[in-house]
Amino acid sequence: MSDAAAAAELAARASYGRLLAYLAARWRDVARAEDALGDALLAALETWPRTGVPDKPEAWLLTAARRRLVDGARHASVTAAAEADLTLMLDERAEHEPHAGFPDERLALLFVCAHPAIDEAARTPLMLQTVLGLDGARIASAFLVAPATMSQRLVRVKAKIREAGIRFEIPAPGELAERLDAVLEAIYAAYGSGWEDVAGADPRRRGLAEEAIWLGRLVTRLLPDAPEARGLLALMLHCEARRPARRNVAGGYVPLTEQDVTRWSLPLMAEAERLLAAAARANAPGRFQLEAAIQSAHAQRALNGKTDWEAIALLYEGLLRYAPTIGARVAYAAALAEARAADAGLAALDAIPADAVAAYQPYWALRGHLLKGLGRKAQARAAYDRAIGLSEDPALREFLLRRQRG
Amino acid sequence: MQYTILVYETASELTARTDPKRKDAYWGAYRAYTTALREAGVMVGGAALEPPRTATTVRQHDGKRRVQDGPFAETKEQLGGYVVIDVPSLDKALEWAARCPSASTGAAEVRPNMSPSPPPA
Repeated sequence: MSDAAAAAELAARASYGRLLAYLAARWRDVARAEDALGDALLAALETWPRTGVPDKPEAWLLTAARRRLVDGARHASVTAAAEADLTLMLDERAEHEPHAGFPDERLALLFVCAHPAIDEAARTPLMLQTVLGLDGARIASAFLVAPATMSQRLVRVKAKIREAGIRFEIPAPGELAERLDAVLEAIYAAYGSGWEDVAGADPRRRGLAEEAIWLGRLVTRLLPDAPEARGLLALMLHCEARRPARRNVAGGYVPLTEQDVTRWSLPLMAEAERLLAAAARANAPGRFQLEAAIQSAHAQRALNGKTDWEAIALLYEGLLRYAPTIGARVAYAAALAEARAADAGLAALDAIPADAVAAYQPYWALRGHLLKGLGRKAQARAAYDRAIGLSEDPALREFLLRRQRG
Repeated sequence: MQYTILVYETASELTARTDPKRKDAYWGAYRAYTTALREAGVMVGGAALEPPRTATTVRQHDGKRRVQDGPFAETKEQLGGYVVIDVPSLDKALEWAARCPSASTGAAEVRPNMSPSPPPA
């Protein structure tokens, strides 16, 4: 790759979200801002090899993108909207010289992406596309959605943002906590897509975990006083610390309780612990801090070789008050089984409505495991069958097949 | 809405069906998959197909009949079976396709079934 191309790519990676957030906030149109920024990046790739890389690549890209937006507005039929855009653009030019610094609107953009008026299923994809500049095909693969469907969804929500006039702003203090929850949920969904079902085996998804952590770091930097944002980052870092231990050398699946703790990343765990401690000082517990505390309890095994299942079960009880998700209920049952007895865990599983778990793999894997421990062989075999049939990951499928037989 | 998941398998997977070392894992995975489909209440039907070497292809074009040994096209992955499911959306159908063992070895293609009666003209 030539220097110019490399510089263009570097500038794009480093500042795509900042440039897009700024343009979208000023023009109140995410789709047009994306098109303009995309054109500016192409122009950079054409121009820079001839002219050399400008001193301030970001300012160059911003100027080029604005020119596209202005041209676009001029060519558009002269509607009231276009006129408003032009007026706005002219104000804009007077207000900010392109090579002066420009404000960071990424937090406002995150709040737009996770706005209550935006379809929940579209929030995470929208965030990944606008703040990180990920391409649609990659997002579609990560969320197991047809690429055409994903692009339609994204086009629809961008139109909604424009038409509904969703404002690019940080919510007022009174509604900040609730709105921030939606932002954090959307980031966690990106992390989950890289973790949950496929146990980190699938390279097309592995990338998203890193992107989610990057977003988590961004939010904690932009909102340093939000304990839940720190809790989410701590949670993701604790999970990430174990990634290398989730496969053995032969590529086989290794469950958490059997992982080799020497393969856990101590620096990531230490960072997670610092974040969690800092969050706790605010004395405002929440769902993500509790989830991080559960992972922190698991992390203790790297230090003293023990897992305090009773403490973990109690933390899950607390978590269920904030977020009674199916995943948390199944994990609570697993902790109960370890802390007390297999039938206590089984009773907790029985309390979950059957239709909620018809396609939920971890429920059936745990059920098979507990029934096997209780010597109920035929039932264990049937439960394992469902867990195996619901697995996407071949390594997990093999692990469960071995458990079912052995 | 009904969708068909077309199960495309590699030659190696098709061999696993009868390989003494691999057949238990192979059939175990497919039995579990169909169990999960049935228990979730989405399975309409389906079948595993005998391997492509057993195929016979017939073409009657321009009044000429041609009968050929083997599948209609030689490709790296061959149709090994199909499953018909009834789910509310393509998203759900893709979730089930991702769980099909062939998705991680060959491929699982999802097609919406056309409705049984042709749409009114």
